[in-house]
Amino acid sequence: MTTVDLQARNLPKFGGFSPGMIRLELRRMVRNKRTVIFTLVMPAVFFLLFGTGGDYKTERVGGGNVTGYILVSMAVYGAMLATTSGGAMVSIERAAGWSRQLRLTPLRPIAYIAVKLVLAMTIGAVSVAVAFGVGALAGAQLPVSAWILCGLLAWVCALVFAAFGLFMGYLLPSENVMQILGPVLAVLSFAGGLFVPLDELGPTFATIAKFTPVYGVGEIARYPLTHDGNLWLAVLNVLVWTTLFAAGAMWRFRRDTARV
Amino acid sequence: MTLTTAPEAAPGTGTAAVDLDGVVKRFGAVTAVDGISLTIRPGEVVALLGPNGAGKTTTVDMLLGLSQPSQGRVAVYGKPPADAVALGLVSAVMQTGGLLKDYTVEETVRLTAVLFGKPRTAVTEALRRAGLTDIGKRLVGKCSGGQQQRLRFAMALLPDPELLILDEPTTGMDVAGRHEFWSAIRDDAARGRTVIFATHYLEEADAYADRVVFVRRGRIVADGTAAEVKALAAGRTVRATLPGATEAALAAIGGVDRAEVRGDTVYLHGNDTDEIARHLLTRTPAKDLEITSRNLEDAFLALTADEETPR
Repeated sequence: MTTVDLQARNLPKFGGFSPGMIRLELRRMVRNKRTVIFTLVMPAVFFLLFGTGGDYKTERVGGGNVTGYILVSMAVYGAMLATTSGGAMVSIERAAGWSRQLRLTPLRPIAYIAVKLVLAMTIGAVSVAVAFGVGALAGAQLPVSAWILCGLLAWVCALVFAAFGLFMGYLLPSENVMQILGPVLAVLSFAGGLFVPLDELGPTFATIAKFTPVYGVGEIARYPLTHDGNLWLAVLNVLVWTTLFAAGAMWRFRRDTARV
Repeated sequence: MTLTTAPEAAPGTGTAAVDLDGVVKRFGAVTAVDGISLTIRPGEVVALLGPNGAGKTTTVDMLLGLSQPSQGRVAVYGKPPADAVALGLVSAVMQTGGLLKDYTVEETVRLTAVLFGKPRTAVTEALRRAGLTDIGKRLVGKCSGGQQQRLRFAMALLPDPELLILDEPTTGMDVAGRHEFWSAIRDDAARGRTVIFATHYLEEADAYADRVVFVRRGRIVADGTAAEVKALAAGRTVRATLPGATEAALAAIGGVDRAEVRGDTVYLHGNDTDEIARHLLTRTPAKDLEITSRNLEDAFLALTADEETPR
């Protein structure tokens, strides 16, 4: 073979970003029992433990009950966990040398990131849907508009944690990155008023809370139910944190893909 | 974004598979590759032979676009390596790593197929040629080292590359795994694919390469056919303590091809070392005799002793 037909070869479309890859990656993600428990089972269980007791089902908030209010918070928590672990998958893949293997394919690094984001957001959507399904059966009451809007907002705003997961995934080259990030998210959830209402924490802490990354997501997601709080401050919070995490992820990503 | 390769690389123009021109690679103060120039024609099976740390992997990384030379130029089928990789002209079986434990064997190959835009039939074919058909459903984490290496081989086959690069492909494999792996490679090379493999096993270079490129300390010290290597690999060395010996006198002993004196120690190279030993023990006061096969280092020394590059 001395002549080589170089013309028959083409690069894939969209840098290798394809439904086929997303399908395979989803299948792999679901195979990981820890991910499933973390992102789908745990938020629902937390909701049942903390959201359905006492007189929560009869006490009213906005157009729904306290159980519904807590459900939205837990859905946000689930979406956060899901998108973070979706983003943090890059850490495991870097540790395994898979990222290096992928560099021997036409997959563009930016397409790889896009696949990870789609995966993170997909599992985030499933997490919200599971939580809401459990909530509906367990006595959560929300106006129809709040069921839809709260769910959508919890999901969309979780993008900030997809960026967080990616950033941490590039920062921490570890197989067990979620064992570090899980507790971090729990602390952030407390600090951001997701588990306990901020006015129960005292004025100093409530002020600090407004600057933490979970605060904005929680406020926005509950707004269709409560119509309460400073929405613009919350939006600003989400935008600033998303920008910071995305910038951090890009910084590490560029370092990672630089050809030395 | 669909790109087709540039028209100047038309079929039949005789583009070299690999063209390294004065390539230097430094890592801080360390020079891993120190001025390598090498041209490999399509269809050649070339062993990149050298001890650990000779710069083989660094060279392979540059061929695959995983790293950039500090100086010099690298072209694969006339293209920058990263472009050749993206087009599937070149693929590689790397030393270790690069697999995800929670994919099955078949899924791993399928993902590669998706990335290269190849159909499902290509997956079945790659699995078959790498001898993995029976374990397609097995999780990668449950595969043996040899099976994982054949999986890397299956992935490398998927783009149907013109050039296949193997970096220390049998490291950590048992004898059976090594045999199976090389049978698969040999069957494949028979179809006319260009193959470059890095190894520090002289036997592998001898058995599977048409051409052997010796690398040491980041330089090509010799470049020859496998037959030349075989000649070098043959023969053994007798080492003995023999004060006052001269190289001329020793070279006159029957069966000695080459003699060397280092202080009181003499080194006699030849094919019939029994005869040399008998002579030393019966006709001279030599003592502390030791007979060793020539190792890679000796082969290097022998090759570099004559001339720079015998080709």
